[in-house]
Amino acid sequence: MKGGMVRGRSLSPASSRIAAWIAGALAVLCLALVNVGVYTYRIDFYFTGILVVVMINIILAVSLNLINGFTGQFSLGHAGFMAVGAYASALLTIYMEWPFPVVLIGAGIISALIGFLIGLPTLRLRGDYLAIATLGFGEIVRVVILNLKITGGPRGLGGIAPKTTFFIAEIVAILTVIIFSNIVKSSHGRAFVAIREDEIAAEAMGIDTTKYKVLAFSIGAAFAGIAGALFAHHQMFIDPRSFTFTRSIEILVMVVLGGLGSISGSIVAATVLTILPEALRGIAQYRMIAYALLLIGLMLIRPQGLFGTKEIGDLFRLGQRQGNEGRRAQADGGEGQ
Amino acid sequence: MLIVEELNVFYGGIHALKEVSFQVKEGEIMTLIGANGAGKTTTLKAISGLIRGRSGSIRYNGEDIASMPAHQIVRKGLSQVPEGRRVFADMSVAENLTLGAYHRKEAISIKSDLEWVYQLFPRLAERQQQMAGTLSGGEQQMLAIGRGLMSHPKLLLLDEPSMGLAPLLVKEIFEIIREINSTGVTILLVEQNAHMALSVADTAYVMETGRVVLSGRAAEVAANAQVRAAYLGA
Ligand SMILES: Nc1ncnc2c1ncn2[C@@H]1O[C@H](COP(=O)(O)OP(=O)(O)O)[C@@H](O)[C@H]1O
Ligand SMILES: [Mg+2]
Repeated sequence: MKGGMVRGRSLSPASSRIAAWIAGALAVLCLALVNVGVYTYRIDFYFTGILVVVMINIILAVSLNLINGFTGQFSLGHAGFMAVGAYASALLTIYMEWPFPVVLIGAGIISALIGFLIGLPTLRLRGDYLAIATLGFGEIVRVVILNLKITGGPRGLGGIAPKTTFFIAEIVAILTVIIFSNIVKSSHGRAFVAIREDEIAAEAMGIDTTKYKVLAFSIGAAFAGIAGALFAHHQMFIDPRSFTFTRSIEILVMVVLGGLGSISGSIVAATVLTILPEALRGIAQYRMIAYALLLIGLMLIRPQGLFGTKEIGDLFRLGQRQGNEGRRAQADGGEGQ
Repeated sequence: MLIVEELNVFYGGIHALKEVSFQVKEGEIMTLIGANGAGKTTTLKAISGLIRGRSGSIRYNGEDIASMPAHQIVRKGLSQVPEGRRVFADMSVAENLTLGAYHRKEAISIKSDLEWVYQLFPRLAERQQQMAGTLSGGEQQMLAIGRGLMSHPKLLLLDEPSMGLAPLLVKEIFEIIREINSTGVTILLVEQNAHMALSVADTAYVMETGRVVLSGRAAEVAANAQVRAAYLGA
């Protein structure tokens, strides 16, 4: 018993580090192969486009995960922030002719500011109410875009320079993953998770829960805006139909399917769910049905999502957790409860 | 150390605390006893800033904290161990304790407090990497107290630490409360288990339906005929 405990503590972090290392190496290898494929034109133009969307969806899913997964708030407004970033960046490119990296940062800042202004009043709401308020926000953004002149209204906004190369999308996605991994590993990250686990207890621990909820919301919004900017400069044409409620749901599905609170999960789910519909094109009319059945099946088998709250490197630790439960049963017995 | 005067708290139309006044002196164990629904939890929440009173004052070391947000009150050395433990279930024991020291910066004193908590609760030391949600009820209570201690409080507010625990474990927890107090931490202990609470406390206040109805030295309160009949089953 004693030996088991010591082993569980000393070996597991090491083996989980090795697992994380292997997973990281595999990811780098995949990415390298994809890059070689793209630059030698072995991956065709069409599929390269899909890979760009994969990168954009990874950014969207990882950023929504900070809000919905790690902090435990229920936002349905991600498409709204994406729209803000897409339109803001398109206008900056068209009218200001700023260099693309500056445009991306500008789109992020504008979306973050709007996220902050929306978050401040709505994050006092809980659960369903927050979902409805953010849903309303997304719709308002859409209606505003529909009715403004500068956005082209329902006709949309075209002539956006195609500045989102696969390379840029890839770099931004990698940076996003690195930034969010660091956020959730920091002491701030623990504050976000504490709010998800028990908001009252978090407040009692001295965590300014309002501040952290607004922070998560603003950071999430910033990266949704950046994803929107990449999207606009990839499609070269945007209209309000690209940013409907359905889009928010798509992103949410990626987050839930990958695991609320798992960045690795969001990456895997965003990749699979973007490529899958394309792979299913062969069975044309049954494609969406197959897709839906797959989602339902997965949620039945793993309701906590592919990864739960774990990262790839943690998977090796699962054995130890089960060991702990065994000990717990003994402790309960010992107490005679 | 803590002086509460004429505190009134409402939940919508419900008048939960009516002109509640009491004080906690430095170094003592003060207990607030009373039946379910008397307003004990509400009192603690008002002190720690988790709810706002409508009127009255809460002074802590001379400073009015009645309108201060909870996260600032913790920084003043006032820590609440909430009713029903409320540990962070999906985090390990060690992570829960680290979060208790969330607002502190000095790594060295955090480490020595952590060692002290593990020494107070050897069971937690054995389960550092275990998920808090898989601990037994007693262990979760120990973790909740340990987490509260990690903020290095001068005044510790304990809300029904004995709730739902086996009698032997209750005794153990109360011994630890006394031990914590002996290191200089002042304690405000809320309990339904009046018998145990009065046996460890220095002073006691009795609450009934939102009012303080009796107060005095714990031994006097324990000897009071009405208290004996209503709370001690004698
Ligand atoms: N969130 C709440 N909303 C409405 N009424 C509440 C709430 N919390 C407590 N109350 C009421 O306030 C009174 C005091 O409750 P509480 O402080 O929890 O008592 P105790 O801790 O002594 O059992 C009770 O009548 C209870 O029903
Ligand atoms: Mg209570």
